[in-house]
Amino acid sequence: MNYDAIAVTVTDLNKYIKDKIAEDEALSNILVKGEISNFKHHYTGHMYFTLKDENSLVKCIMFKTYAEKLKFEPKDGMKVMIFGTVSVFERDGIYQIYAKTIQEDGIGDLYQKYEELKKMLEKEGLFDENAKKKIPLMPKVIGVLTSQTGSVIRDIINVSTRRNPNVYIRLLPVPVQGSGATEKIAYGIRMMNEENLADVLILARGGGSLEDLWPFNEEIVAREIYESEIPIISAVGHETDFTIADFIADLRAPTPSAAAELAVPDIYELQDKINTYNSRLRVSLKKKIELMKLRYEKCMASRIFKDPIKDINDKYLLLDSYTKNLENIMKNRFKDIKSSYVEKVTKLDTLNPLKTLIRGYCLAECDGKIIKSVNDVNNGDIIELKFSDGNKNAKII
Amino acid sequence: MDKQKNENFEEAIKKLENIVSELEKGNLNLDESVEKFEEGINISKQCNEILQNAEKRISILLEKNGEIIEEEFNTEE
Repeated sequence: MNYDAIAVTVTDLNKYIKDKIAEDEALSNILVKGEISNFKHHYTGHMYFTLKDENSLVKCIMFKTYAEKLKFEPKDGMKVMIFGTVSVFERDGIYQIYAKTIQEDGIGDLYQKYEELKKMLEKEGLFDENAKKKIPLMPKVIGVLTSQTGSVIRDIINVSTRRNPNVYIRLLPVPVQGSGATEKIAYGIRMMNEENLADVLILARGGGSLEDLWPFNEEIVAREIYESEIPIISAVGHETDFTIADFIADLRAPTPSAAAELAVPDIYELQDKINTYNSRLRVSLKKKIELMKLRYEKCMASRIFKDPIKDINDKYLLLDSYTKNLENIMKNRFKDIKSSYVEKVTKLDTLNPLKTLIRGYCLAECDGKIIKSVNDVNNGDIIELKFSDGNKNAKII
Repeated sequence: MDKQKNENFEEAIKKLENIVSELEKGNLNLDESVEKFEEGINISKQCNEILQNAEKRISILLEKNGEIIEEEFNTEE
């Protein structure tokens, strides 16, 4: 028997199997889930890795054209779902998955967990605005909880020192992803509080997948943030990523740099502000003094201060004129009385009976009574005759 | 202690603001104005001192044998 005639070559075999597999529709568009291991991102841009579960593994390759479209960097241990085609690599006689897209598996579960915890904590009041502490204007020590390496801490230090060259930053290095990160972050927050090591805390991490950011969505971290006496500024992930830590923190910053800006006051600005207040103080005191001076001058310029005697003099004049008036009135009155007196005396004088006597008449009186009738006297009566220049007795005969 | 100092700065700035606006209103008599002015100048001096007297320090907290120690953090890496 000529075995040689019926034997196929390895190439033929692999080609045959490849064709067989290619015929199977189920294998040409397949979704496989498993965990990534042996991940290699080749410099050509292709990705090589194996996908495994507890019992089995399969080789996978993702060509550059597809790999470029991935929104995340696959890593060992990551649970994923791969969509692609199963095909045979003829040279090595192996079949493998030619991946077109990779999706992080379990992301749905994480979202659900996230939503549930968020709802619960919100209900408990951990997100309440009134529970939020005020960020001090001029914290002496800025505590930073983040990874010791990487751009986050560098950005924070750069921004902080630019705003305040004399800033005091205390970094508490913590892992910001992976196993143990959650506990270390929670412990770090508590420790900073217990030892009173900072006046404000920045909790920061760069961007990443939901899984990467997961420690910041854990309940124990959330509760430590809420319990913290030190105000906390969170800057986790990108601006679009909202972690539970962000909701509970006293202030949320979109980026680590922004967190530094919120925590560290710009001391040049503050100094400017103080200097402005200072000059405003000077200006307003000066204004006050000038105003007072003006008021004083206005007072001193008033008539009463300028010629204080004038008023008195005016009064004197008035008094004088009144006195004169009074005197005149009295004088006139006296004159009137005198003239009326003279008039009356003159009148009286003309009526004086004695004046008649001068003209040769005499007045006859008997017993002191003027004799007006013949019947008033009897013969023999002695009567008194009054002449102008004296008296003589006479006898009626 | 640290905490008190922060509050002091914040309170001081607020006090300074109030003094300035009170003085600017001009309702105070001259004696009161001078008094407020002096107080304001003193506060602004204190604030400036707090700003200028701080010393730059970038440190890292490390746990060694259960104790927290503070070391300079070298950023030039």
